[in-house]
Amino acid sequence: MPIAPNKASSNAFSAGNGGAVGIAIEDLSKRFGSSEVLKNVSFSVQPGEIFVLMGPSGSGKSVLLKHIVGLELPTSGRVTLDGFDAAAEETRKQVRMALVFQAGALFNSMSVYDNLALYPREHRMANEVGIRDKVMRALQILSLENAVQKFPAELSGGMKKRVAIARALVMEPQLMLYDEPTSELDPVMSATISEIIATLREQYHVTTMVVSHDRDLALNIADRVGILMAGKLVSLGPPSDLRHPADPRVADFLNPKIDLKNPRFKHLES
Amino acid sequence: MNQFTRILEGIGSSVLLFGRSVAYLPTLPRQFGRFIEQCYLIGYTTLPIVAILSFFIGSVLALQAGYSMENFGGKQFIGSLVGLSMARELGPMMAAILLAGRVGSAIAAELASMKVYQEVDALITMNIPPPRMLVMPRLAAVVVMMPVLAIIADLVGWFGGAIICSATDSIAIDPPSYFSTMRMFLKFKDVLNGLIKAEIFGLTVVLVCCNIGLNTRGGPREIGAAVTRAVVVSLILILVLDYFVTKLLTWM
Ligand SMILES: Nc1ncnc2c1ncn2[C@@H]1O[C@H](COP(=O)(O)OP(=O)(O)O)[C@@H](O)[C@H]1O
Ligand SMILES: [Mg+2]
Repeated sequence: MPIAPNKASSNAFSAGNGGAVGIAIEDLSKRFGSSEVLKNVSFSVQPGEIFVLMGPSGSGKSVLLKHIVGLELPTSGRVTLDGFDAAAEETRKQVRMALVFQAGALFNSMSVYDNLALYPREHRMANEVGIRDKVMRALQILSLENAVQKFPAELSGGMKKRVAIARALVMEPQLMLYDEPTSELDPVMSATISEIIATLREQYHVTTMVVSHDRDLALNIADRVGILMAGKLVSLGPPSDLRHPADPRVADFLNPKIDLKNPRFKHLES
Repeated sequence: MNQFTRILEGIGSSVLLFGRSVAYLPTLPRQFGRFIEQCYLIGYTTLPIVAILSFFIGSVLALQAGYSMENFGGKQFIGSLVGLSMARELGPMMAAILLAGRVGSAIAAELASMKVYQEVDALITMNIPPPRMLVMPRLAAVVVMMPVLAIIADLVGWFGGAIICSATDSIAIDPPSYFSTMRMFLKFKDVLNGLIKAEIFGLTVVLVCCNIGLNTRGGPREIGAAVTRAVVVSLILILVLDYFVTKLLTWM
């Protein structure tokens, strides 16, 4: 497996002075015009926990993540990170958080190296030599050494996702958020990404929240799993709950039967 | 009404963006590389075309002046007419219009694409404010480059006029007398006047194009729409501002 940072450097990306951060979401609602995307969502993520949020497309998972990093503002309710209001600009100075966007959101005009080096350069985390070490180590962890001088347009989907994770890692975050890190990837690459996420938490004790439809990921690496449907949190518990869900909607979402005699789209039409 | 609120919104957000970006001016030494890169882009993309078009503007000005002044025998004043028109009006105007077309459109396209592909969101979560990294270096660069562009436009326009005046048989004014009337009526104040204008136009174009780019919403289609809007709004603003700035500067 590619994740093998040597013992001596195992603290290289650990969350600095602050340590892992807890997330508290209290009664969060969000509307866009007339459509209500999140409805009174409440839950919390403990420091150092891996929390996996599942749910059908369009159920509001990405919007929820954007509230945690302060890119969207709540219509009502609030999100706090260790007590700091996520909607306040100041919070980004207090809490180092990294969001791995669904599409990567790599800087297209910069090489992979410069994508990773931007944050440490802008925040003067080290001199160029120190930054080079950090960047190369992050790339090594994600086995991307060969992509250093490439540009995002020259990368495959899986490589973009890994570069996005590496870029987040260089930030030494206290809070890592992943938006569908394994979608559009082949099964082996998906498993690799799951291993990377779990290992990063193991090694660096970052609070981790993963939005995903990937059942294997949830069953194998989550401490707790929440399920969001049409803007409501319908289930919250340990991953073992997923094997025998009580709610029939959740059961159908997790184990959809392909039933040719009585297809789903017929129900939708009537 | 809707259009009216959109205009007010645009003005408001541009002013806000200007304030935020100027507040990051102290970070200019740290971003010197970006600043130089933007200066180079503005100069490299705009200078050649400013020079070519100013040459023709100066020439046409001389031809038209020769034609219309012949009626009352004022042909010898062509030099001062070309000199004043280029310095006070057409030099800054040409530089600004070409800046909008070459640089403004590119800025709007780049920032709109960064917005649409969530690169701007990524910057925000990285606690790198977009006004600091994306807007301030461009504003600083245009402040430095705009006077250079305007002066080159002036000079090339003056020489274009001089060449046409001596080469056209119906006008037949040799360069020494062309430039001596120009020197008689064209004061340093007039050139300065034009440079202030150029600065105002340049800052407006870059600010508006940055603002439109950063406020793009939706999918990739919106990138093209943002570019069109940025250029159209820039051109309208240049012409409208021109009236008010001219009025203000003749007062002072
Ligand atoms: N900026 C926005 N403006 C309007 N509607 C939005 C916006 N962002 C998301 N939505 C809507 O919110 C709903 C949830 O979106 P999203 O959180 O992206 O879903 P997913 O769970 O697949 O990540 C969708 O119906 C989407 O159309
Ligand atoms: Mg999503």
